[in-house]
Amino acid sequence: MTENESKPEGKEKKVIPYLDEIPFFSHQRLIVLRNKGIDPEDIDEYIAKDGYQAAAKAILEMTPEQIIYEIKTSGLRGRGGAGFPTGQKWEFANRSEGEIKYVLCNADEGDPGAFMDRSVLEADPHSVLEGMIIAAKAIDAHQGYIYCRAEYPLAIKRLNIAISQAREYGLLGKDIFGSGFDFDLEIYQGAGAFVCGEETALMRSIEGMRGMPRPRPPFPAQQGLWKKPTVLNNVETYANVAQIILNGGEWYASIGTETSKGTKVFALVGTVKNIGLVEVPMGTTLRTLIFDIGGGIPKRKKFKAVQLGGPSGGCVPEAFLDTPIDYESIAKVGAIMGSGGVIVMDNQTCMVDMARFFMDFIQDESCGKCTPCREGTKRMLEILEKITNGEGESSDIELLEELSEMVQDGALCGLGQTGPNPVLSTLRYFRDEYDAHVYEKKCPGKRCPALLKFEVDLDSCTKCGICFKRCPADAIEWKKKEPAYIDKSKCIKCMTCISSCPSDAIF
Amino acid sequence: MRKLTPNELKKIKEKAVKESDLNESAYTAKVTVHLGTCGIAAGGEEVLRALNEEIEKSKRDNIKVVISACMGMCSSEPNVTVKRMGEDSILYHNIDEEKMRQIFQGHILNGEIQSDYALAKIR
Repeated sequence: MTENESKPEGKEKKVIPYLDEIPFFSHQRLIVLRNKGIDPEDIDEYIAKDGYQAAAKAILEMTPEQIIYEIKTSGLRGRGGAGFPTGQKWEFANRSEGEIKYVLCNADEGDPGAFMDRSVLEADPHSVLEGMIIAAKAIDAHQGYIYCRAEYPLAIKRLNIAISQAREYGLLGKDIFGSGFDFDLEIYQGAGAFVCGEETALMRSIEGMRGMPRPRPPFPAQQGLWKKPTVLNNVETYANVAQIILNGGEWYASIGTETSKGTKVFALVGTVKNIGLVEVPMGTTLRTLIFDIGGGIPKRKKFKAVQLGGPSGGCVPEAFLDTPIDYESIAKVGAIMGSGGVIVMDNQTCMVDMARFFMDFIQDESCGKCTPCREGTKRMLEILEKITNGEGESSDIELLEELSEMVQDGALCGLGQTGPNPVLSTLRYFRDEYDAHVYEKKCPGKRCPALLKFEVDLDSCTKCGICFKRCPADAIEWKKKEPAYIDKSKCIKCMTCISSCPSDAIF
Repeated sequence: MRKLTPNELKKIKEKAVKESDLNESAYTAKVTVHLGTCGIAAGGEEVLRALNEEIEKSKRDNIKVVISACMGMCSSEPNVTVKRMGEDSILYHNIDEEKMRQIFQGHILNGEIQSDYALAKIR
């Protein structure tokens, strides 16, 4: 049978669009992710894309002050979440006295749902190495560490390969490019603690101690790792540096908004059609990100809110979808840009349960050193669990607000200081859901098993039988053309039927 | 261990750029399997194994296999990009072992794009 005979007559061949015609890709502007698609285990492919040209320029043709000038001009702000101006941080470290200084990379990436840094390390590890080499020249450091969480084995493997290939070429080590400048670095693996993503706890961890933060000042740029001047930046921050050195700070500053320059990588997840990793210019609106790039909400459900910034962040409801993504605008609506986690939520989400989820995480990860965080988050979690279990009392919401204020003010580090944010943000926009849980013992998002009856609404049931087919406990009775019935004695409250019902008929 | 000078760096770049152009290299086709953790979790390693088996069976030695990482559209992993010399690259998505073998036979060997599995063309 020839090729032609194997095709059915008259079958229309699907038209394949060009990549730049697909909204998911066409709205993106790639700087950090420019090299996705190369072989990350072959340094020559990185060099083919102008790799290490910026390091050569910085080491051989620029002074530390000139490097810092370009980074300051670019307006690059720390991409780990705090958004501190990178050039300024490098300048402080440059001005600190001392023969021994350190360049650190924060690759701990602890936010649930965030995988921006993991993707950069797996796809283009050399871009991070090059950024660190340039930082080292800017502050006159000769030793660096990449603190990478152990839960990223592929990233660590590819980083190790990249480091040894860079050493093979003399791009790391002594006398780089014959300039007399030495710089080498090692990987230090994290051991599973979210708090070790906090800069001072991270440094204590590298020093061999239990990861716990300390008060600042002194700031790491003056006294950091082993009390020496240290620059600590996020993976994504470093991945921008080489391009800034090659194209100039003004080029970078021409992208983005007045206060937030350049691009940002986001991990777009949750109830959105196109889940993935995207890089957009600052100033892109949330609506563009979620609906044009993300493709909107699947299964004909409705948008409810988007969580930005993970456990330190807040939710943004529909009314503010036209907010441009930049550090200040997002802060005005009660959230934070954070490291780039964007969790989209549809109408079958319970905002109280969402706040409980993040507080559970924060409580678990609290190092225990300071009382406001250690005790405050524990009590806040207890209250949230009470509310979602249907035992909420009228004084609970006021107590949550009081505790939030206390923890924010009194906690020693960012983990505690921002821990109450999801609670405060959901109270700000979805107080009615809290009220429904406490006063009516109802869960409007239909996610809290204790507040659900697990009954089928006979008016809404379309008799499709999907719940019957999916129930793992055989607790649903259904026959064709008849509504479903849930046998509560067998029901294990796993929520599968509620999530699967296309007509929202189970309550 | 070498110690590169900037000139040597430029030479490596020129050589690598030249080799990545299929017309200049010994390869007539390049298949990129996007294996980040997302791709691996979705079954990308089985796809890679199927591809290598097909290449072995075909006895062709001018098909280059590149393992890269996440290309962004994690929800449609495993993703595979196929480029034949002189033609547009095709980005395939939601690939499994069976589809990989079909793409190998149809597109890589015979130049027939398997449009049912194609997400996009890349210029």
